[in-house]
Amino acid sequence: MALLAVRHLRVEIPTRRRTLVALDDVSFDIEEGEVLGVVGESGAGKSLTGAAIIGLLEPPCRIAGGEIRLDGRRIDGLDAEAMRRVRGRQIGAIFQDPLTSLNPLLTIGRQLTETITTHAPLGAAAARRRAIDLLGEVGIPAPAQRFAAYPHQFSGGMRQRVVIALALAANPRLVIADEPTTALDVSIQAQILALLRRLCREHGTAVMLITHDMGVIAETATRVAVMYAGRVVEIGPVADVVRAARHPYTEGLMGAIPTLDHEVPRLTQIEGVMPRLDEIPAGCAFHPRCGYTEALCRAERPELMPTDGASQAACWRYHVRWEGGGRG
Amino acid sequence: MIAYVLQRVVQAAAVVLVVAFVSFVLFNYVGDPVNNMVGQEATIADRAALRERLGLNDALVVQFARFVGNALRADFGISYQLQRPVATLLAERLPATLELVLVSAVLALAVGIPCGVYTGLRRETWAARMILTVSLVGVSLPTFVIGILLIYLFAVILGVLPSFGRGDVVAVGWWTTGFLTASGWKALILPSVTLCLYQLTLILRLVRAEMLEVLRTDYIKFARARGLPSRVIHFGHALRNTLVPVITITGLQVGSLIAFSIITETVFQWPGMGFLFIQAVQFADIPVIAAYLVLVAFFFVAINLAVDLLYFAVDPRLRAERRVAPGGA
Amino acid sequence: MLARGLHRALDSDLYHSFTRSPLTVAAAAVTALFFGGAALAPVLAPQDPFDPATLNLMDAFAPPAWTAKGSAQYLLGTDNQGRDVLSALLYGSRISLLVGFAAVGFSIVLGVGLGVLGGYLGGWLETVAMRLADVQLTVPGILVALMVDGIVRTALPGGLKEELAVYVLIFAIGISGWPQYARVTRGATLVEKNKEYVAAARIIGIHPVAIMVRHVLPNVMGPVLVLATIGLALAIISEATLSFLGVGVPPTTPSLGTLIRIGNNFLFSGEWWITLFPSGALVLLALSVNLLGDWLRDALNPKLR
Repeated sequence: MALLAVRHLRVEIPTRRRTLVALDDVSFDIEEGEVLGVVGESGAGKSLTGAAIIGLLEPPCRIAGGEIRLDGRRIDGLDAEAMRRVRGRQIGAIFQDPLTSLNPLLTIGRQLTETITTHAPLGAAAARRRAIDLLGEVGIPAPAQRFAAYPHQFSGGMRQRVVIALALAANPRLVIADEPTTALDVSIQAQILALLRRLCREHGTAVMLITHDMGVIAETATRVAVMYAGRVVEIGPVADVVRAARHPYTEGLMGAIPTLDHEVPRLTQIEGVMPRLDEIPAGCAFHPRCGYTEALCRAERPELMPTDGASQAACWRYHVRWEGGGRG
Repeated sequence: MIAYVLQRVVQAAAVVLVVAFVSFVLFNYVGDPVNNMVGQEATIADRAALRERLGLNDALVVQFARFVGNALRADFGISYQLQRPVATLLAERLPATLELVLVSAVLALAVGIPCGVYTGLRRETWAARMILTVSLVGVSLPTFVIGILLIYLFAVILGVLPSFGRGDVVAVGWWTTGFLTASGWKALILPSVTLCLYQLTLILRLVRAEMLEVLRTDYIKFARARGLPSRVIHFGHALRNTLVPVITITGLQVGSLIAFSIITETVFQWPGMGFLFIQAVQFADIPVIAAYLVLVAFFFVAINLAVDLLYFAVDPRLRAERRVAPGGA
Repeated sequence: MLARGLHRALDSDLYHSFTRSPLTVAAAAVTALFFGGAALAPVLAPQDPFDPATLNLMDAFAPPAWTAKGSAQYLLGTDNQGRDVLSALLYGSRISLLVGFAAVGFSIVLGVGLGVLGGYLGGWLETVAMRLADVQLTVPGILVALMVDGIVRTALPGGLKEELAVYVLIFAIGISGWPQYARVTRGATLVEKNKEYVAAARIIGIHPVAIMVRHVLPNVMGPVLVLATIGLALAIISEATLSFLGVGVPPTTPSLGTLIRIGNNFLFSGEWWITLFPSGALVLLALSVNLLGDWLRDALNPKLR
């Protein structure tokens, strides 16, 4: 059984005039210990999915349908206290900006020990020892001295290591990492990603790695889900999706990345922009920008379906009803 | 850090000097000080002699220096209206004002901060909404109207509290205090409530706004994501971060209490410095006005300085030198 | 086209949030009532309370119409000189509103002007102006107004004091309000100044003033409007306070504050209406304008949209 199973998740945002659908029928699994990348443009719904899973949707956003199961147990719709116990202990989270993720007025030692003692009945001295161990694990030099330091006394990369230590303090089964390296220098990014990979492998922690950067996915994830306009349009092993994308959107994304392997006269550019939440077209959300559109695409929305490759894609081209003959 | 403190002190002194200069100009050049001091009958020779004695013929800089020197020795000349040394007048009135301001400040903080925290944390309850509405009204109620209403209710209709004066005061050294008598306290109630209301609503709304702002931050979100219980998040994190800017603003509030005490003292005929100032304006008693100006400026600047230093002590980001962790990232 | 514009206005977010809140609508109605009453005072008031010829001392201290000894002629009663309180209210509101608006207008001209100039020209002008604004902001507005009013009054020779009292008042309250406008405008100017189209316009030779007027002012209008509304309430209260203290408008043109001051003398002898009605009017006016300002601030706040 998958560690995390998301089925038909629907997130709505009621506004003054109408209700917007931010996530529409999102389904995917995360297995124990695997790294699932979730990639897509800004506004595609990646962060919202992570927030929904850990139960931190900001009102008025709310889960309007579907279910989220951790180890087979439903966690969407839990009451506040039950959900609080899940957070940190079963599911952890890392956010984008390490500077704003840490309380500037408290020492990192204090922030660590309070997290540790929330989830484990340790005394002050034991908690402090564990905190210093954690700091060492994430690669902070001289952890015992840095214990009493304040967040602003660290550099960006060091701060993100502290954030990772905090997220892993209670040994969660799954960590949702929302753009963990976007705010960091490129040279530091690689270090942080390597750290994340190593720690999760050592502790058996699964990771949901949310990012808009395909390069990060290629380097760190085992499987990847591509999101567009609140839907998952393709999901499969990283190598396959990157080298042989099946969904036209993913094709376009890959074509837009310059490569050292061979020369291309122009980078691919996908016409148009991702639709706003109040302007999502009927049928397939991508059809106005797609080069393969047919009447079926405009009329009905495709589900994720098997393709002629290793990934699944939400595209009518792989269905028997396709006029050009399904390629599924 | 010493550099920071010194810099602020120098700035503070500069501001006071500027105000002192305005005061000085007022003092020496508005109307004719000599004419103001002697009657109509004095001869021209007498006036000239007086002018010379007062040093009014000296250069501007010299006169200003003398003014500052006098001020530092608390010598502000003689009140035109009351014919007594201004410094003595001020010293007599100072305790009244300070006691009133102290009690009001304590009231405003003791009620304003908890209410602000409550309305920030429990936004949707009707109690919170009611407190907010009342606070909005509080901002729109001028201090003097509040005073009049309170007098009308408690002194005229109910007759339980006095409507003017300080009650019986006890002299302790050169200080006169109303804290040691029952009538002194009774007399304090209405004026201090009147004075504290405006500040109370300001503090309440400030604390609430800060609280809401803090609750929206990433570190609170991250704390929630770590599964920390609400109590820890609200009081260990949010409250702490809320109170830091509030402390500084509150310090400044003490300054504005001194300002509003002018109004309150007038309504209740409270024998403080503010009442003295109003009377001075009505009678064009320049020495008193000038002295009050310098004194108030000094107070404000001193309070600002104290608050700056307090902020410095409380926020670790301002204290330590920025040190990058050894070994890079 | 007018119909389309109107349709768009009615459909806009601003109008939506306005009609959604009954409190705001009520506040707007009350404010409009005051404006109308004040503007039409000569027409609406049953009596001109400042024309001694129309006063009848025998009618002094008449209580409000609905009490035992009241009469319908003086709806809200009369004061110690036989002046009709309702008429005095209408005329008093006039003065209060006039001074309020004038003071806010002065603050805006001074503040926006200094803000734009300082932001665009930079250098010592900007530094001095902003430092001045910062320092002044630490002192409560009413104290500034009181100090300035006191100093200027004292500096004026006897005869002019009465004549110029209103202008001194407007000046004092106006001075107490300029810093906020200056800060906001300077911020907006700095943002615009660094944009490329400004450099481009300068190269083409468009006069900098024209650039600032065309591009900075529209961006600044929203926050300035919010500040102005709240500033108006503050100005009205400041004026009332100063007049109550006896250092505001001269007694010949009483504002609401003066009326409260006069009435205060009779509170103990039981003639409560002379001071309580003007007080109520003042509070109602200030509250309504404050509510409008609050709504405007929330409605124009991009973060809350």
